[in-house]
Amino acid sequence: MAKVALKTKDFVSNQDVRWCPGCGDYSILKNVQRVMPELGVPRENVVFVSGIGCSSRFPLYMNTFGFHTIHGRAPAFATGMKAARPELSVWVVTGDGDGLSIGGNHLLHVLRRNLDLQILLFNNRVYGLTKGQYSPTSRPGMHSKSTPQGSIDYPVDPIAFALGAGATFVARTIDVDANHLQTILKRASAHPGTALIEILQNCPVYNDNEWGEVQDRKTRSDSALVLENGEPLVFGAKGGKRGIRIKDGVPSVVALADDDDPQARGVATHNEHPHSPSYAFALASLQRPDFPLPIGVFRAVERPTYESMVEQQIADAKAKNESAANIETLLHSGDTWTVEV
Amino acid sequence: MSTKKSVEEIERVAIRFAGDSGDGMQLTGTKFSEATALAGNDLSTFPDFPAEIRAPAGSLAGVSGFQVHFAAEDIRTPADYPDVLFAMNPAALRTNVEDLRPGGMLIINTDAFSTQNIERAGYTEDPIEPLRDRYRVVDIPLTALNRAALSELKLSTRETDRCKNFFALGLMYWLYNRPMEPTERWLRTKFTGGVLEANLRVLKAGHAFGETCELFPVSFVVPRAKIQPGVYRNITGNTALSWGIVAAGVQMQRPIFLGAYPITPASEVLHELARYRHFGIRTFQAEDEIAAVAAAIGASFAGHLGICTTSGPGFILKQEAIGLAVMTELPVVIVNIQRAGPSTGMPTKTEQADLLAALYGRNSDSPLPVLAPATPGDCFHVMIEAFAMAVKYMTPVVVLSDGYIANSSEPWLIPDVAALPRNKVELHSDPENFEPYQRDPITLARPWAVPGTKGVEHRLTGLESAAQSGNVSYLPENHQKMVSLRAAKVAGIANELPPVEVNGGDGELLVVGWGGTWGAITEAVNRARSEGLPVSSIQLRHLNPFPPNLGEVLARFRRVLVCELNTGQLWRMLRAEYLTPAELLSKVEGQPFRISEIRERIEQLLNKGDA
Ligand code: SF4
Repeated sequence: MAKVALKTKDFVSNQDVRWCPGCGDYSILKNVQRVMPELGVPRENVVFVSGIGCSSRFPLYMNTFGFHTIHGRAPAFATGMKAARPELSVWVVTGDGDGLSIGGNHLLHVLRRNLDLQILLFNNRVYGLTKGQYSPTSRPGMHSKSTPQGSIDYPVDPIAFALGAGATFVARTIDVDANHLQTILKRASAHPGTALIEILQNCPVYNDNEWGEVQDRKTRSDSALVLENGEPLVFGAKGGKRGIRIKDGVPSVVALADDDDPQARGVATHNEHPHSPSYAFALASLQRPDFPLPIGVFRAVERPTYESMVEQQIADAKAKNESAANIETLLHSGDTWTVEV
Repeated sequence: MSTKKSVEEIERVAIRFAGDSGDGMQLTGTKFSEATALAGNDLSTFPDFPAEIRAPAGSLAGVSGFQVHFAAEDIRTPADYPDVLFAMNPAALRTNVEDLRPGGMLIINTDAFSTQNIERAGYTEDPIEPLRDRYRVVDIPLTALNRAALSELKLSTRETDRCKNFFALGLMYWLYNRPMEPTERWLRTKFTGGVLEANLRVLKAGHAFGETCELFPVSFVVPRAKIQPGVYRNITGNTALSWGIVAAGVQMQRPIFLGAYPITPASEVLHELARYRHFGIRTFQAEDEIAAVAAAIGASFAGHLGICTTSGPGFILKQEAIGLAVMTELPVVIVNIQRAGPSTGMPTKTEQADLLAALYGRNSDSPLPVLAPATPGDCFHVMIEAFAMAVKYMTPVVVLSDGYIANSSEPWLIPDVAALPRNKVELHSDPENFEPYQRDPITLARPWAVPGTKGVEHRLTGLESAAQSGNVSYLPENHQKMVSLRAAKVAGIANELPPVEVNGGDGELLVVGWGGTWGAITEAVNRARSEGLPVSSIQLRHLNPFPPNLGEVLARFRRVLVCELNTGQLWRMLRAEYLTPAELLSKVEGQPFRISEIRERIEQLLNKGDA
């Protein structure tokens, strides 16, 4: 694809950005606007689609085509767009409530269909726009306006959900980590199929510091496991290195000396492409505080996209039957009879 | 067709085939109708399905009926009461015999009248004997005759018995002098081997039985109807609707995108359009009703002609998304093939009770145009009109068909393709001073500017948007302005609508209907007029906005009678809008109107008026 000489500011819309001060969404917006010129997609071919929620205001701030739709249904709107116009670069922006609660059904189906979309799921583990109720990703016991005695809902994990739905690209990144976020955005854009990115996002107003230990560079090395394809699952700073072993799908932590060869110690090596998703599921089960939280690409595999198969069926049907593609032939197909004057 | 017996000429006849769901009555009726159409008669059919899930064999709930009315003259309904009833079993007899015209012909498969079946149908004794006084009963041991005809073939009893509807069909072809060739041709495309051979054999055997047995002294012929010259075909409402969608795409030179979720009685449209990929049509079977409409709107955003087809419960699920299309002013067509409700209701039965839901069923003031086709064939034309309106005015459009016209068929004069409206779509591509909510001064439509067009990048939102720029706005005066603009845009469509035509033209009483009740109303009014009663009728195709002359037409008549298959939805609208003291004929039985029901009410009102 030919490079288009666009700059970050070309992707900044004329609308005032209205998120609370300190909201993680600002950083995500800035990084998306930064990455856009590097993707080589003409701006007029880019569409941002969202549902309802704080995150869903996102398209309004992008100087591309944008559609801020209704609660939870953005994947379905995006499906129509992409199936109609495969050449468009369609991005879905959603949140933990929009994407996994009211829109859980659509997220499931868009992932299994594997349209070539990028889905950015901002996970702040709380409802922000409606002012502070627990969300489907909130920790059990969370005290919120609607759960004064603590939440009794068992949470859903976006990564495990996506893997279960048959997603072909599943990644997790952090709102304030510009480099990592940009790298993942570029990879998602390059992936031919639905790419789901969970972005750990801070809501300073209703759920401050939910992801503090992985956002903070000082604590990150102990609390996050950075996934690199072909590299061992190792985390921790010098002097406190540890690795992840996975036996029969069950992960465990093993302490490592600084000069240990992790592989020799049975530490698993990251592989984004295995045929079965069970390894990625094992990674998805790594949760704080017992394990470090994996950051990076959990799984990246290829499967034909929905829209490419639609186009193929149309091409096949046309090749076989194009001459019949006129109304006259259609209306006169089957039995007809003539009434004479 | 030559026959040794004498042939009697009749003007019209209505036949009802009734049997168990497994007896193939719908197929029998459909094939008989096709042959009848090819014989040059005008016709109208009414398939009456039981619930979708097959009830136990022989039960009352499992009875499936298909009525076909054909004539040497113009007809508009499947007839109130059949002249002939073909009852395949006691349950079919029990649920249908009361409809049979007194003195009518009752053909019975006596083999199915075992004690067990008779009891299963709820009879305590043999029901046939007492009927002999009232009807011309013809006893036929259909099962045995059918088995005898197939004795040489190596088929299981089950396979053999499954053919007996074609024995019945062959017999009826003889009785009414219909050509058998179209059915034979159809069988050859559908089946091969033993099954083909068996069906061909019993069809012929049934025909020969009519010819040779002594039960039928004469056969009948209904001469060709004197109808408008041209090329005809048989068509059901759902097929015509599907083809109207295809035609709209071709005529407007934009691709069609159908989002749909399976639902009775709308699924056939999804099935039909899925076969037209060679027209570039994209069909998307969504995960639910909401996703179906959302995908259609998404496709419209991207420049395709988005459409979804559904029925009542699905329509309600779509309402929030339709509201978004109202707010963002995107062209999309939503077809609601209405069925009896509320809730799941009676999916296979007809009703017209979603009119107010279409008009007022979304949150807040959310106006959109509503159209309703009058006949199966009209479903074709209404779709072309709906898409043109959606694009010209940048609005969602609702089309209200119903289960009756969706499934019934009529001979359809195939339209002259060259004369169909063209309506080529011009997308907005000029970036100069572009604003997403700039408006055409006449239609008040905003531009359709789609992704891929340089310089017109913009954002749409369900939040209230500022006039012109489309940026989010909570300003009080802006909201007032936008609500009024959306209303004025839809109301303004009235300026281009043709005036409503009055059937008849003058009189005391005006009968008002909408959508699929056209046949029964027109027939009732025309018969009353021919006997000198001062009555006329109108059939509304445009339910929002109303045609510009409607108020004037209503005012011309001393009395107004609204006939509809609900408890008074249009009736309420007309009273509210025009302050007309209209009366109501309401019916909610899951069945279309009978001509006689309307006729009686007409007479009653006119007598009252005279007194
Ligand atoms: S409520 Fe939370 S998530 Fe929403 S804008 Fe404010 S800080 Fe961001």
